[in-house]
Amino acid sequence: MGELIVKKVSKRYSGGKFALKNVSFKVPSGGGIFALIGRNGAGKTTLVRILATQLKATSGSAKINGIDVSKNPELLRESIASVPQEARAVGWLTPKQFITSYLLWRGFDYGDANKKAIAALNNVGLSKYVNVQNQKLSGGLKRKVLVAMVMASDAKVLFLDEPTTGLDPISRTELWETLRRLKKDHFIFLTTHYLEEAERLADLIGVLDDGKLRAIGTLDELRKKAKYPYSIKILSKDHVEKPKNSIIVKGIDEHYQILTTENNAHAISNSLIKKGVKFSMSPLSLDDIFYYIVRKPIEVENYEEDGEW
Amino acid sequence: MVNKFSQMLASILVNAIYAMVNYPIVLISTLLAPFSLLIVITFVTHGSLLPVAIGGALIMTMIGSGTSLQQDLSHLKNDFKLQDMIVSSPTTSKVYLIGMSISEIVYSLPAIIVLVILAAFYIQTTAIGYAEIFAVMVIIFIFSVSLGFLLSTITSDVIQSWAFSGIIATILSALPPVYYPITYVPFPFRYIVYLSPATYAAEIVQNVTGLVTFSSTTLLIDWIVIIAVAIIMTYIAVKKSKWTED
Ligand SMILES: Nc1ncnc2c1ncn2[C@@H]1O[C@H](COP(=O)(O)OP(=O)(O)OP(=O)(O)O)[C@@H](O)[C@H]1O
Ligand SMILES: [Mg+2]
Repeated sequence: MGELIVKKVSKRYSGGKFALKNVSFKVPSGGGIFALIGRNGAGKTTLVRILATQLKATSGSAKINGIDVSKNPELLRESIASVPQEARAVGWLTPKQFITSYLLWRGFDYGDANKKAIAALNNVGLSKYVNVQNQKLSGGLKRKVLVAMVMASDAKVLFLDEPTTGLDPISRTELWETLRRLKKDHFIFLTTHYLEEAERLADLIGVLDDGKLRAIGTLDELRKKAKYPYSIKILSKDHVEKPKNSIIVKGIDEHYQILTTENNAHAISNSLIKKGVKFSMSPLSLDDIFYYIVRKPIEVENYEEDGEW
Repeated sequence: MVNKFSQMLASILVNAIYAMVNYPIVLISTLLAPFSLLIVITFVTHGSLLPVAIGGALIMTMIGSGTSLQQDLSHLKNDFKLQDMIVSSPTTSKVYLIGMSISEIVYSLPAIIVLVILAAFYIQTTAIGYAEIFAVMVIIFIFSVSLGFLLSTITSDVIQSWAFSGIIATILSALPPVYYPITYVPFPFRYIVYLSPATYAAEIVQNVTGLVTFSSTTLLIDWIVIIAVAIIMTYIAVKKSKWTED
């Protein structure tokens, strides 16, 4: 079982501000999915590019399965593959030609590359498009070609920067299935803006905000770190006086949200039932956690600045 | 052990063979590329400068390889993020550069074949003369692709890349008297044309055609200059190319 170790990595673009500030974490990299979430400009792509040896960190170090990212990149490159955020399959090639070429770049011989390319395209449901030029494919299909490309390779560590952006809900679910199958013998480092994706897919989730790693763990662990792991949604806050040991937040939709402890949650729900007020109760979703971690709740009342998140 | 031959083949397929297979029209355009000036010069001089113009077209095809390399690689890097995908793979920058450079030769093969046939007919010289032309082409090719590769890796978008190729095209293709003898260039301007490495290459090739003759000192300087710029350019390309970003 390998490990991805990131130690005090900072990145300052020339003439710019710091995009990463002292990021440190450790995750097992033998298999499984690590999802990195964070707002636009949080530094996700910067971190991915550093780990995939495309960009040099300003300071700090990182190791993947024991291989140092900056000291020994050539060795590392034999076992990693990357689909950059804005990557596209080369337009004048067909998916088959493109993936075959990529596999040749990875060192396969032509016959093997060709076979693996076709198999990978079938695998992601693109068998109809094997010989259609990439530029004629829809945006989502173009992204699928890229996922098929790294799947077909021998790399065991895959960096996917927003792999499902632009996919329709069905294609996205299909891709999730593919990634679930892949993660058995691959370590997949992905970034996403779809929190549901991280929630459903990831074994571990990291939250990056303004260049800093604000939290990391399984969804349950992130919840446990939250001071108020339960959420009760109501339409109007007139029905409740603010319960002890909880906060009321105006949600993104028209709802109000009471965040509270497990014990309180029972008491509050009982009283709401008695009053006949409609509500819904659930453990914190990744969405909730995300909003609090990045400290951008839409409008917070009695917001306690206690930095528990 | 990674298979470097496969890695080079990938570049050749992507940038030349698949492009030609998927768009056969490409063949016609690359075939025509070096001939426009050759035809003009030949007609204007009633055929007397044909051998010089053929030699010039051979040099220009090599220069063109570098310019195309820059444009192709910038396109692949900036519009498809191909360079990032290749960086995170076992292919090194050197192998990528060599494969892509060969792809440019493959791409201009139709034109090169026609020019070589023309040269065999119209350039009357010895085996050594032909060898000299070949050597000049190889040296200019190395210079040109190194420059093209360097620029492609440091530009971050198409507009910037176009700006570079505009400047390079002027210095390397418009300025130097490759299609006609340097003696046609009047004096203060003659100093200016010596700014272009292609001028030195042209003097050697023109000397081989026998239509213009240069002193052995001039020719020696010509060889030294083109070999030196090729070595320096290759060195800079290896040292300064931004394969990974800082
Ligand atoms: N090449 C660059 N030069 C200068 N600054 C950059 C460069 N690339 C990114 N940045 C800056 O670094 C910060 C982090 O950017 P990054 O692309 O890593 O964010 P991200 O989390 O991937 O965002 P998104 O979700 O929008 O993709 C941003 O402030 C961005 O403006
Ligand atoms: Mg990004």
